[in-house]
Amino acid sequence: MKRKLLSALICAALMLQVGATAGAATKVSDGVVKIGVLTDMSGTYSDLSGPGSLIAVQMAIADFIAKEKPDFKIEVISADHQNKGDIAAIKAREWIDTEKVDVIVDLVTTSTALAVMKVAKEKNRITLVSGAASTPITNEQCTDINVHWTYDTYALAAGTGKAVVKQGGKTWFFLTADYAFGKSLEKNTADVVLEDGGKVLGHVLHPFPAQDFSSFLLQAQASGAQVIGLANAGNDTINAIKQAAEFGITPKQSLAGLLMFITDVHSLGLKATQGMYLTTGFYWDRNDETRAWSKRFFEKKGRQPTMVQAGDYSAVTHYLEAIKAVGTDDTQAVMAKMKATPINDFFAKNGTIRVDGRMVHDMYLAQVKSPAESKAPWDYYHIRQVIPADQAFMPLSKSTCPLVKK
Amino acid sequence: MPPVKMNTVAWGLLVVFGIAAPFLVYPVFAMKILCLALFACAFNLLLGYTGLLSFGHAAFLGTAGYVTGHTVKLLGFQPEFGILAGTATAAALGYLIGSLAIRRSGIYFAMITLALAQMVYFMCLQMHFTGGEDGLQGVPRGKLFGMIDLMHPLYMYYFVFAIFLAGFWVIYRAIHSPFGQVLKAIRENEPRAISLGYDVEKYKLTAFVLSAALSGLAGATKTLVFQLASLTDVHWHISGEVVLMTLLGGMGTVFGPVVGAIVVVSLQNYGANIGEWVIVITGTIFVICVLAFRRGIVGEIAVLFKR
Amino acid sequence: MTGIFGISIQGLLGQLLVGLLNGSFYAILSLGLAIIFGLLNIINFAHGAQYMMGAFLAWIGMRYLGVGYWWALLLSPLLVGAFGMLLERSMLKRLYKLDHLYGLLLTFGLALIIEGLFRYRFGISGESYPVTELLAGGKNLGFMFLPKYRVWVVVASLTVCFATWFVVERTKLGSYLRAGTENPQLLQAFGINVPLMITLTYGYGVALAAFAGVLAAPIFNVNPVMGSNLIIAVFAVVVVGGMGSIMGSIVTGLGLGLIEGIVKSGMIANLLSSLFDSIPVARSLVYPIKLLFSPEASAVTIFVIMAIVLLVRPAGLFGRER
Repeated sequence: MKRKLLSALICAALMLQVGATAGAATKVSDGVVKIGVLTDMSGTYSDLSGPGSLIAVQMAIADFIAKEKPDFKIEVISADHQNKGDIAAIKAREWIDTEKVDVIVDLVTTSTALAVMKVAKEKNRITLVSGAASTPITNEQCTDINVHWTYDTYALAAGTGKAVVKQGGKTWFFLTADYAFGKSLEKNTADVVLEDGGKVLGHVLHPFPAQDFSSFLLQAQASGAQVIGLANAGNDTINAIKQAAEFGITPKQSLAGLLMFITDVHSLGLKATQGMYLTTGFYWDRNDETRAWSKRFFEKKGRQPTMVQAGDYSAVTHYLEAIKAVGTDDTQAVMAKMKATPINDFFAKNGTIRVDGRMVHDMYLAQVKSPAESKAPWDYYHIRQVIPADQAFMPLSKSTCPLVKK
Repeated sequence: MPPVKMNTVAWGLLVVFGIAAPFLVYPVFAMKILCLALFACAFNLLLGYTGLLSFGHAAFLGTAGYVTGHTVKLLGFQPEFGILAGTATAAALGYLIGSLAIRRSGIYFAMITLALAQMVYFMCLQMHFTGGEDGLQGVPRGKLFGMIDLMHPLYMYYFVFAIFLAGFWVIYRAIHSPFGQVLKAIRENEPRAISLGYDVEKYKLTAFVLSAALSGLAGATKTLVFQLASLTDVHWHISGEVVLMTLLGGMGTVFGPVVGAIVVVSLQNYGANIGEWVIVITGTIFVICVLAFRRGIVGEIAVLFKR
Repeated sequence: MTGIFGISIQGLLGQLLVGLLNGSFYAILSLGLAIIFGLLNIINFAHGAQYMMGAFLAWIGMRYLGVGYWWALLLSPLLVGAFGMLLERSMLKRLYKLDHLYGLLLTFGLALIIEGLFRYRFGISGESYPVTELLAGGKNLGFMFLPKYRVWVVVASLTVCFATWFVVERTKLGSYLRAGTENPQLLQAFGINVPLMITLTYGYGVALAAFAGVLAAPIFNVNPVMGSNLIIAVFAVVVVGGMGSIMGSIVTGLGLGLIEGIVKSGMIANLLSSLFDSIPVARSLVYPIKLLFSPEASAVTIFVIMAIVLLVRPAGLFGRER
């Protein structure tokens, strides 16, 4: 099985050398480009990625086939990694060994992304991370065949952190999920706060996941900080916000949801979240292009897309277009083409993939509308600011990725 | 069919399928079954043969996995020494937990093992060397005896199969020895065993440590197979899974847990696409086994053959 | 004000109060388990799932049927309790003659089935359940803001707990129940329908779980795994309190809540630090113990306590060994 793949790749490489001219057929391994969507199908993050991500990828494939009429077959396969790194790694390995998967996408939850990136690098397959957040993906753990597409904790901190400090939120207390993602998010945000002249009064770590935040919120309250930074996501963020309201902590102290998705706002309701700042890579109602795409998504899913799902579409489209352009699905050739081509679609304008795998694009600072301001379901955000790509993400000069030449 | 002949048949099937397996299914899948089958057999030594239900066996599976991962990845141990290190740690942990838990019996014993396993889980979660939520990744398989490259799937498979056979053989011998007879006596009627003069506590503790060590062997090997060690293996869910495997396969039988492991792991693997239904099906199997199928698969087969 | 070991008095009081709130939850949940074990000798692993069902029924009632909170408090336990009785009649009954183990495994399997079905139908994100008008808002105590709803939870739980205790320990009906556990045949000979009593008792224990679920709905997100997150800790409470003891589970539940509050405040970690940090050797030895009592470890506190209690006083604090 492995030998067949190897010989197919060698053939592909040879043919590439002979000269893939415009008339030559695209040489893909095993005759099929197989895309693996590895995500959280039923757990804490399934709403912001999960089945919706699969739908987005299927849309990308269908649209690509309709537009480009490629001469190769495209298939998609999906699985639930249950937010566990070991399950994800095992699945990825199995997919590559037995299912001839060529690329793995989505990978929500940092531990799964990091685990699969390792396996993929070992087996020379591209990974397109849309779901996970932490910066190590493009720093210590970067690989040359991975792209971190949609957002990361630095961008969230740079967006939300800066904005809240500018609004007058100078003193902060963090409520942090006690694992790598939470700590990363807290650190990035704390750095931004201190840079902008604010103060961090303390933090409390809560188990991941947690149900009852009352004792942690009490500590936040006792600190007297103006802003309580929620360095967590999903249900944890939702519960913390609910309980903060219950204990009269808001509106006296304000909450900064450092990672929030439109699905969270939908779940909590505008009354609980109005006025909160958040940073996002995509908003469905931003312009005509996004509205058109999101409408199609809404028809299939019944919910508006999150940035993770939109990012999946954008990443897969870019990948398929690169294959068509170079005439093969050979990993290195495709990745080189992807990095050489800017991304211009409804998701990102003038987006580029850097050497560390970071896809830089504009991010948006949003503020949640009040119930009175919202005219329809899912009409939740004011886009307050566009954060240009070069400011949104960590500059290469600060990068700890070995691929970045200093 | 007399039991001895049946055992020979079972051994034969085991060896034949074991050798053929990597050509029939995805080798990593087969290795996973072998590791978990060994885990289930080790667990059965305690449950099926000594009558002690432990809810904390994940502690041994997972801790051994972490130790092996750490020694192989960060200390550069060769795979066989890494596995030995993991197994030894599990045995030591088994001694510690066993000595505390053995004092009680029945449901209290189960609860103590659960409590102690939860503490182990928590330590693994918090301590740096385990990598917390991310776990230990990129564990190299290395070269067996410095020569055989275990990255090659077939070599790795037969290595794992050899380990499984060794562990299984130890359990088989233990069960069919005088030691095993005393364990069965303790399971049937502990007061009587005491009155016969046996130091019951010592036997129970020995069985516990043996069970822990072999569970550790399974966990250590599993880490090398998947090249990672994670919190999943110390979580109480896996303690519950091994109970299911043993129950389903046949609690008081030697080969039962192997069958149970094959069924459960296959279910999880092929059922991955049906999501939550796997949970429902697992629960249903539990319920059916308890209500109508207490002897388990192998147990029922054995009864069939006796007729 | 430095307070006690670096924690201000106000901070500590706040944590203790929150601890009391959580404790009353533990109390009512473990009460149901204790009743079921004490009187039926069954370890009801499905308790968490039944708690979750109680919360979900309340939510379904609100969402689709317009049933309000107060009605839900009454109806949800009744419905889930009836479901419990059905389970008992059809399945649990057959296991009484066997080892406890089988009852535990059966209810474990049932818990998986129930949770799996709810997960399939509702997903895992959870649904919101608003606090009812009458109980919204709260009172500012100075050192913290005390939500009315949480006070209600304490009051409701404790009332139900003590009412149950009273019935079981002080009334004739209760004496029948207690007699039934000691010697069912004798009781049957006196003309009491023991199987019916057992069924009703299981139903009541399950109803208690569902009642706790309805109480929990406005506080936690109503989601299919809310029960399995709690169940292990609740088991530990029951074991520490004494497996069949009603008073034991109530007291232990409350006590655990308070202790967790103290641990979460960080006081114990600070205490250990101040005692041992100056001595290098002691510091590294104490590190794992400190880890176990750090605020992050509050989830493990009960297990540490359980291990200690079981070793010292195996039947639990209030229990009688069987």
